[in-house]
Amino acid sequence: MTAHQAGLIGCTQCGRVHRPGPGRCDRCGAPLVPRDTASLQRVWAWLIAGLVVYVPANLYPMLRTTQLGREYDNTIFGGVIELMHHGDIGVALIVFGASLVIPVSKFIAIAYLALSISRRVRLSAHRRHLLFEVVEFIGRWSMIDVFVVAILSSLVQLDFAATIRPGIAAVSFALSVAFTMLAALSFDPRLIWEDAD
Amino acid sequence: MVAASPSPAVAPDADDLLACPTCDALLKAPAVAVGETARCPRCNTVIEAPRTQAMTRIIMLALSALILMVAAIFFPFLELEAAGMIRRSSLLDTVMAFSGGLTEPLTIAMAALIVVLPTIRFLGLLYVLGPMAFGWHPARHAAPVFRLVEMLRPWAMAEVFVVGVAVALVKVAGLAHISLGPAFWAFVALVIVTVLKDNFMSRVTVWKTLDARRRS
Repeated sequence: MTAHQAGLIGCTQCGRVHRPGPGRCDRCGAPLVPRDTASLQRVWAWLIAGLVVYVPANLYPMLRTTQLGREYDNTIFGGVIELMHHGDIGVALIVFGASLVIPVSKFIAIAYLALSISRRVRLSAHRRHLLFEVVEFIGRWSMIDVFVVAILSSLVQLDFAATIRPGIAAVSFALSVAFTMLAALSFDPRLIWEDAD
Repeated sequence: MVAASPSPAVAPDADDLLACPTCDALLKAPAVAVGETARCPRCNTVIEAPRTQAMTRIIMLALSALILMVAAIFFPFLELEAAGMIRRSSLLDTVMAFSGGLTEPLTIAMAALIVVLPTIRFLGLLYVLGPMAFGWHPARHAAPVFRLVEMLRPWAMAEVFVVGVAVALVKVAGLAHISLGPAFWAFVALVIVTVLKDNFMSRVTVWKTLDARRRS
């Protein structure tokens, strides 16, 4: 039985049980809501925003390398191809996974989760919970790409020999990560368990 | 305490009940002995995990994390050697890498994610738990500060940054010789300390303690 079914409101911060009524938790001061019904709308809004900024993140250069006077622009995908040509298959696979596979599967996972909560697709509560935990855990790790760009461009400043500067795609990539994190954080986890037993 | 907005009456037996913060399952408040871990039977989320001396340990860890953060900022972070040239880069240089041009807003984001937000979390924890470790009443506004600390948790990305450093090292390994400076190790230690600290801390336990101390 859930607190909701018992006609009570549980605090999502500290777990204290309250009688229904608007207000804040008397222990931790968090706002009390029986179910956050607007949460799915927020999820979709952040998810779409994340998708929109993910497009320029792939089209524009992430890194600008100047090597011996020549300038190269590296997009995310271009970087992967280049690593493959160099023979670094392992690193290429890691970069491919971290910057392309994970973001795209995160978009799909969040959308799938939102659809299953609004009953468009069927998924058991336990599966939903697992998917939610994975999405929540992975979200912040996508920021790695942005950090790598920052480290490379602060480190590789060797005048004529080689210089690396950040490209504009880094901004939209960072925004995309932040927006998908906000989408995942917008879920009311209690909706995931609604009617579970 | 802060009671500006009317708070609804707590349920009649609120002290014996507990709603799982994740899935809302109504549970009998478990009597968790020190060292044990109480999980929600439905969604398996850790609800309470009191540990001996947890409060003192969290404070010590937060304090060491603060000191390590200062070290990480001011000592050299990475050193690159190529074609007879040496390039030293500090954590601050890395944060400033995006400054200038259209990527300027990322400078603020970088500073926030790597330095500012983790620091705010450490300071907030010290503020909330410090007085209680001495057996005093909680400081004023301890509740909103702790809520802020918890809210910032996903946005403090020190450990993500360390993995980013590792990836960057692999990428330039062929191009140049790189050595790790003291600040890098300080930062790695900071990440380990942060992970340890978050393991000692269970949110519900902290809220219960805060509440009990406020009433006493």
